[in-house]
Formats: sequence, structure tokens, C-alpha cells
Amino acid sequence: MNIDSPYLHPEYETLSREEISKLQTERLQETVRRCAKVPFYERKFREMGIKAEDITSPQDVRKLPFTTKQDLRDTYPFGLAAVPLTDCVRLHSSSGTTGNPTVILHTKNDLDEWANQVARNLWMVGLRPDDVFQNSSGYGMFTGGLGFQYGAERMGMLTVPAAAGNSLRQIKFIKDFGTTAIHAVPSYLTRLYEVMQEQGVDPRRDTKLRVFAIGAEPHSEEQRQRIEKMFGVKAYNSFGMSEMCGPGVGFECQEQNGLHFWEDYYIVEIVNPETLEPVPDGEIGELVLTTLRREAMPLIRYRTRDLTRVLGRTCPCGRNHIRLDRMRGRSDDMMVLRGVNIFPIQIEKILMTFPELASNYLITLTTDNDNDNMTVEVELAEMFTDDYARLQSLTKSITRALKDEILLTPIVKLVPKGSLPVSEGKAVRVVDKRKVYQ
Amino acid sequence: MTIHQLSVFLENTTGTLVQVLRQLKKANVQLVAITIADTAEYGILRIVCAEPLRACEVLKEAGIAVAISDVFALELDNKPGCASDVIDLFSQAGISIAYVYTFLYGGKGILVFRTDNTELARKTIAENNLPFIAEDALAQWK
Repeated sequence: MNIDSPYLHPEYETLSREEISKLQTERLQETVRRCAKVPFYERKFREMGIKAEDITSPQDVRKLPFTTKQDLRDTYPFGLAAVPLTDCVRLHSSSGTTGNPTVILHTKNDLDEWANQVARNLWMVGLRPDDVFQNSSGYGMFTGGLGFQYGAERMGMLTVPAAAGNSLRQIKFIKDFGTTAIHAVPSYLTRLYEVMQEQGVDPRRDTKLRVFAIGAEPHSEEQRQRIEKMFGVKAYNSFGMSEMCGPGVGFECQEQNGLHFWEDYYIVEIVNPETLEPVPDGEIGELVLTTLRREAMPLIRYRTRDLTRVLGRTCPCGRNHIRLDRMRGRSDDMMVLRGVNIFPIQIEKILMTFPELASNYLITLTTDNDNDNMTVEVELAEMFTDDYARLQSLTKSITRALKDEILLTPIVKLVPKGSLPVSEGKAVRVVDKRKVYQ
Repeated sequence: MTIHQLSVFLENTTGTLVQVLRQLKKANVQLVAITIADTAEYGILRIVCAEPLRACEVLKEAGIAVAISDVFALELDNKPGCASDVIDLFSQAGISIAYVYTFLYGGKGILVFRTDNTELARKTIAENNLPFIAEDALAQWK
């Protein structure tokens, strides 16, 4: 560890494109060999007549089958394990809101490599072992908690597992512990700033904050710049997903010109979500990732459903790992609100349990005072009362039931039957008016 | 002792009230009284009319969310203090009133109210010999 080096892992970070290609070829062959032990992949390889020896370049990944989230659900819980469960030391799981949950297993090496990726990112944005890192992200199954915890510790920083919420306590920690860096979802940082203002705390004068890692929810460049201006702190975009490990997969360097995806760990493809053919650099398509180091659950050509584009493969920072644009949306109907993944079907499922409601509903996502909100408008099936109080208590019951399901409190509005737009064919259920998509 | 009142769920936007009234006009329904209780998001339009059951069918057929509820309609002298005296009786009997509105008809003040304690209300009205509008009287207003 050379404190003066801009790189934590210069041997990997500064590889030339040619060297990256050679390394990826070797590691892809290893991954195919590992996957051949998984019945799910073994069958596909056999049907397609593919062997590890057929892989002679990273581009040969295109000969391999795709993996989808549905495959993860279908093989729940341990069907995609490539090692015996006794070799696994950690499990993360999604909420399983639209069917079976998904499970991701980790060996000890997987956790090590995950921590290495996060540590590399934090070093890249200028943090060093004498920094104090406050992780204001949810812990538990959400990988943003333990992922950043282990990565920041690996890098050698004093790491504060503050977890999400309780802004007054967060501010006390920031001041008392001399916190220099925070990881949080961007909407939380704007909330934190409001509370600081109420408390008369000036982040420039009263804190040592200098770096933010932000991610896990869509946000625009304008939002990032506003956060930076509010606090006088640099904010770096982070990309992660539990299927790959968690945070650490991609991160911005100090140039802030897109996210470096670590090609010693992943093969990155951008494909047309309809044809599944690769799209040219610069064109938006679906991000497809293949793990190169994971032992417990290697995934081949995993369709992330996130839409982005390739910005370049060189960078003034000296890293030649592929640079991707911030995520531009989804190729399915999943919404990401304040870091929580929500499918419209979850909302629908709850609404349908209320006999007072008709089947037509509309979800609107808005940004109000830097907070992302969800409004659910739903049609009343019948006028069942002449009493305002009963309508109000129905609204409250719906709100509570939705909160239990999606873990966020939406604004529920009852509307008369026939008042919501019904589009031809498939009904439009979600209108996203958040700033990030404007 | 009670009459049928229509309650219509309305969105709080321009034009929704007239949509309902237009349907009633088309069906030649005689309105007696209307009132709107409004909140920020929606309103409840309450209607007393001749032939409330037919009016309800008309609105349902037009796809409008409507409910029928039984409300009391008392006939009061159109003089100061009458409303106070009547409400006082209910108050003393421990009857809570969900909502109330009044209108004038044939020189009399009509006081409409709904309570969840229907039985006690009936008893109080009977014991005090309060003049009330019965359902069959509505039809005569046509």
C-alpha cells in the first residue's frame, strides 16, 4: 500500500486494453469451468456444445447463454451454487417481492474480492487509511451496508456503521468522529443537509467532510452537482448490484466522467434488450455482466435490466477499464425509489385486496424538494359510504398495507371510477416525473 | 322516519359536478337539495331529490360512484332558535351527528342529518313528536 500512489491495485488498474483482454480470456475460461459444475449451466453448455477451450477472447462470451433474474428465482435458493454450501460463508437475499426471492452466495474468497473492489474504489476517489468513513446506508440484507463496511475496513479507514436514518445522530457522529467521507443514497444527503441547516450546522465550517459515495437510486448530474454545492463535498457515483456481489462493481474516478467498471472482475456487454445483439459504443442498451472471479455463484451474461452506454475505454486517470454512463432507466418495469426496488405488481397486489377499489390505478414518481415520492391514485369501485371519515380511514389502510409491502410510505389518492387514463392495450401504470429522467 | 340521500364521490376538479347534474337533468330528476363536503383531494356530493332510487340507477348506469344512505329530515318552523332546540334534544340524548345541512321548503326549514345511532334518534324524534319528512313525501316534491 503506497499512500502516494493514485492506485490501490496498480497491477490491475493500469492494465493496457491488450492486457485486460488477455486476463479476461483466462478468467472467462475459469468461470466456464466453474459453471460447468452447476447443473443449470452444464445443461445449457451441453445443448449449445460449448467447452471452456472454445473461449479464446473476451468476445467469445457471446457464445454463452444469458442468465436472467427469473433463472435466479427458478433455482431458489441454492440451485446456482458452484461450490458445496459448506464452502459458503455469506448469503444475501432480495426481498422476493415478485415471486421467489433471489439468493446470492459468497465464499470467503468472494467476500475478500468484493472488499478489494470497494477498497479500490474508495482509494480511487482520494480516500486514504487516515480518513473516517461513515456508512449511512441500510445494513442487513442490503449489500450497501456490509459491502462498504468491509471495503472501507480493507482499505484501512476508521469505519462507522452508522446505518440509515436518524439524522441528528448522523450529524453528531460526523462532528464528534471527524467523519471525512459518507456513503448514502443521494436523496438522503439532501435530507441530511436540511437537518444540518435546521440545527445551524455548516458542513464547510463545522465538519471535515470531503468525499461522498452515492448510488443505489437513480439521480441526475444536476442532483449530484447540487449535493456537491450544498456541502462543498465531492460526490462520486457508485454502481453495484447484489447479483454481482453488491457495491464496488463500477465507480467514478476523480475525473467524474462516467463509471469505471472493473474488467478484471467482470466482462461488460451492452446489448439491445429486444434483439440481445451488441450495440455500438455510445448507444444506449442493456448492461449485461459476466462475473470473472466469483466462486460460490458465478453468473454468465447476467441481464441487469439497467440501461446505459459505453463512454470510453481510456481515461486521463490512467485506468483503461471501460467507462459507462450513469444508469438511464430500466428495460423492465422495476422502479427504484430511495434505494428500494419496487415493481408495479407489488402495488397492484395490495390494491386488489381492497374490495372498495376498482382495478385501475396510476403510480406517479415525483421529486419534491429533492425528495423522491410516490403517489398512488386508485379508482373507487363503488361509493360505499356517505362519510368522509370512512374514505379517510380507507386511504389510511391502503397506505399502511402498501408501506408494509414496499417499505416506503406512498401518497394514496382515491379517485372516481373512470377518471384515470386508460391507454390502448397495456395500461400505463407508472409515470416517472423525477428530475433524473428529464 | 328516514329518507334516501344520494352520496356521490367527486374528484376535486372542474367539470365533475356538472357531469353528475347533467345525468340527473337528462333523466328529469327533480332536485330538492344538494351540498358538497370537500377535502383537498375529493368531494362528497350529497343529494336529496324526488325519486332517489331511480336517480341512483341513472347515476350508476352512467358509471358514477354513488351510494344511498338513510338520513333524517326534520321539519322546523322558520324561526330563530328552532335548529338549536332540536339539536339540543339529540345532544342531551347522547346522539352524535355525522353531518347536518338545512334547506327551506314550503316555508319550512328542513334539517337533514345522519347519525350512526339510528335507533336512539328514532326514539327521540317519536318521544318529542318532532315533525319529520317521510320517504313517500319525497315523491310529492316531483
